[in-house]
Amino acid sequence: MMLSSCGDGVLDPHGPIGLAERLILTDATAVMLAVVIPVIVLTLAFAWWFRAGNQRARYQPDWQYSGRIELIIWAIPALLIAFLGGMAWITSHDLDPPKPLVSKEAAVEIEVVSLDWRWLFIYPSQGIATVNQLTVPVGVPIHFRLTSTSVMNSFFIPQLGSQIYTMPGMTTQLNLQADQAGTYKGLSAQFSGDGFSDMHFALVVTSPAQFQQWLGETRARGGGLNQAVFAELARPSHATEPLSYGQVDPELFNTVASGKIATQWSAEEAR
Amino acid sequence: MFGRLSWAVIPFDQPIIMITVATVGVVLASVLGLVTVKGWWPYLWREWITSVDHKRIGVMYMILALVMLIRGFSDAIMMRTQQALAAGNAAGYLPPEHYDQVFSAHGTIMIFFMAMPFVIGLMNFAVPLQLGVRDVAFPVLNSVSFWLTAAGVLLINLSLFVGEFARTGWLAYPPLSELAYSPGVGVDYYLWSLQISGLGTLLSGINLTTTILKMRAPGMGYRRMPVFCWTALASNLLIVAAFPVLTATFAMLLLDRYCGFHFFTNDLGGSPMMYVSLIWIWGHPEVYILILPAFGVFSEVVATFSGRALFGYRSMVLATMAICVLSFMVWLHHFFTMGAGADVNAFFGIMTMIIAVPTGVKIFNWLFTLYGGRVRFTVPIYWTLGFMVTFVIGGMTGVLMAIPPADFVLHNSLFLIAHFHNVAIGGVVFGVMAGYTYWFPKAFGFKLNERIGKAVFWCWFFGFYLAFMPLYALGLMGATRRMQHYPDLHWQPLMLVALAGAGLILCGIILTGVQLAVSIRARGRNRDLTGDPWNGRTLEWSIPSPPPAWNFTHLPEVDRTDAYWAAKDGSGPALAHATDRPVAAVHVPRNTPTGVFVAFFAVVLGFALIWRIEWLAVIGLIGAAAVGLRQAWQKDREMIITADEVSEFERLNVRKPA
Repeated sequence: MMLSSCGDGVLDPHGPIGLAERLILTDATAVMLAVVIPVIVLTLAFAWWFRAGNQRARYQPDWQYSGRIELIIWAIPALLIAFLGGMAWITSHDLDPPKPLVSKEAAVEIEVVSLDWRWLFIYPSQGIATVNQLTVPVGVPIHFRLTSTSVMNSFFIPQLGSQIYTMPGMTTQLNLQADQAGTYKGLSAQFSGDGFSDMHFALVVTSPAQFQQWLGETRARGGGLNQAVFAELARPSHATEPLSYGQVDPELFNTVASGKIATQWSAEEAR
Repeated sequence: MFGRLSWAVIPFDQPIIMITVATVGVVLASVLGLVTVKGWWPYLWREWITSVDHKRIGVMYMILALVMLIRGFSDAIMMRTQQALAAGNAAGYLPPEHYDQVFSAHGTIMIFFMAMPFVIGLMNFAVPLQLGVRDVAFPVLNSVSFWLTAAGVLLINLSLFVGEFARTGWLAYPPLSELAYSPGVGVDYYLWSLQISGLGTLLSGINLTTTILKMRAPGMGYRRMPVFCWTALASNLLIVAAFPVLTATFAMLLLDRYCGFHFFTNDLGGSPMMYVSLIWIWGHPEVYILILPAFGVFSEVVATFSGRALFGYRSMVLATMAICVLSFMVWLHHFFTMGAGADVNAFFGIMTMIIAVPTGVKIFNWLFTLYGGRVRFTVPIYWTLGFMVTFVIGGMTGVLMAIPPADFVLHNSLFLIAHFHNVAIGGVVFGVMAGYTYWFPKAFGFKLNERIGKAVFWCWFFGFYLAFMPLYALGLMGATRRMQHYPDLHWQPLMLVALAGAGLILCGIILTGVQLAVSIRARGRNRDLTGDPWNGRTLEWSIPSPPPAWNFTHLPEVDRTDAYWAAKDGSGPALAHATDRPVAAVHVPRNTPTGVFVAFFAVVLGFALIWRIEWLAVIGLIGAAAVGLRQAWQKDREMIITADEVSEFERLNVRKPA
């Protein structure tokens, strides 16, 4: 029951990054359990066997040093950590968020801006933008560049793997890929104020053909995102419905990421 | 005239808050009323409020901690109830602006005003006794430290009904905590209550460090110090090194908020990430400030109740000091997900894991102390065994999250919440409960009820597993922390289990109160006339319970670890105070109201600054300074307890053999 209910979380990944991270979780846990379980069993066993009433247990009140045991008890955790430390070093480099994914396909570029309390996705090459809905083609690497208009958030799609913070005046990067078409949950993992709990978005993974079709439809739907429209969008809002823009100011992301658009919340908005 | 203060800041429209305020008001009024009617004020003032005796101050710290446990836990059960209700389209009963204050207050109070005072209280009480000395190095400063902590407690609780508390989480990350996004007084309450209590903590750290380094009994070299004193030394060194960082960080945020500076703002060169780095340079050592003394308690308890010497004393000391140093080299693991780069992430991940080595050694040392012992299953050993079983799981999930790519999917999830409660409850809470039960008879001269004590343990033990194992699972399912509501209905069953666990912990907290009441009523039967109810090993058990104001009539001379144990079984010389040497007069520091007066003015200052009342702030500042100066010019600071009085005490407290 526990496993089946984990169905849409990090233990059910649908992309290479998420799969690699699940492998780390399971391997590291298994290795550590090999020490942790015996320690738990020995704790209970020693305490029970050496209980005060047990005449058969040998009482050694002054035994306080054994070089051999000392060596072993330093060696066991040291070896375990040497192994896991190596794992940490290698996987940190392999799965570094800005590192491009190896693929025959060129990566789709997406610029992410966390708003209060919505997500803005800009497709710079396609010249469109969406709010609270992210559509990407299946099997193609996606390269995200991320920033925030105001406070910090963390961009996270549990079933694809790695999250990364969005921070004002800074740009972070993330590379992900979805290997299976479908709809996945996206969210903010860093508390960002009263509207935080509704900072969800839907990740729609489609075939490349459907993706092209969706791009066309979005362009045809019209609407433009320039600095004036963006200023309105950046005001705190609890609205959750998706929006789309058929045209985008190409410099918008860089303007936001360089911290040139100052925001603040009034006492009412902060409430 | 009154700055931002007006009747409008009192949340009359919030029934939950108003009922809480009314309840707290009634309880407070009845306690104060009882004290007044019974005429206990002079006694309380003379013997407790103005006391500079480290034992009394230690006890007051722990009372404060227990009261704040109730406050912090009320927040916890409100959160668990909210999350158990608010699934799918349900909104629960706490709106975001209230829920956000609740989780911020829960973290802040549990760390700064429950765990810290409890741990500092235990160290204050036990360290001078274990060292065989008459008080801490600076007794008056000790009183000031305690009352400054109490001042912080008063301020943070005032935020409940005058204004609001921070809605930023317990570490108040900017830019959310900057004026641009938190224009209200909530963050100011947070900052000033922690600045004031943080000063108290720093002074306490200096005091105990000095005590341990400079004031041990004759013959007690570092290698003969009880392990609890070693862990207290490590913990207080960390306080001295880390708390100034916290104070400076908060000072910078205050300058941003009050004076238009730009340390951590989004504009004009401010760097919010700098705050995150600074706060964790304090924050990671802070967790070791809390856990190391708990480790010390377990070391004392496991040796005492196994009836044998601690296995691997040198390893234990080495491991303690290794953790003390390493704890400053790991802080970045709190924000692997901010994109620091592979080399930096990997370095801090590996440094974090390395701490698991000395910690693992400690676990093995306790394990081999049980081996070859005669384990008496008392309440403190229950807590210790419960800790060993639970803490290794928390350690494992901690090492798991120290692998940066694993953290990329677990960061800020309920898995993280489960992890740190696993080590905070399974480590710190179990440790302070063990210490509280262990040293209670020393402080008051009678034991706590064992049966209820064991019931308390089982409530916390199973309560913890019920409340937090579901959170591990929810974290893996993609549930993140601080959600006021969530759309996924299939998370709700596990949230309900977690609520049941919190309910079980509530039973444990209530039973702690019952245990105290029952034990006080039955104190005649549980009286400890020997001074050594557990057949202890260290010096505190060689003097009467409760000890006199001067602790040791003759300073003991020590020639080994566990000198008292050796004296008892005849393998070592008798301790000095067990002999019939002539008794001399004792100098003890005179009680003083300096601490409580300084704290009073600190509350005035803090409150005035929070509400921007300039003239009142000036009064607070001048008042606190004046009290301090008056103390500095005080000449008559000591009093003499005559040899006759000391002899009389010794005659009345002839120790019955154990």
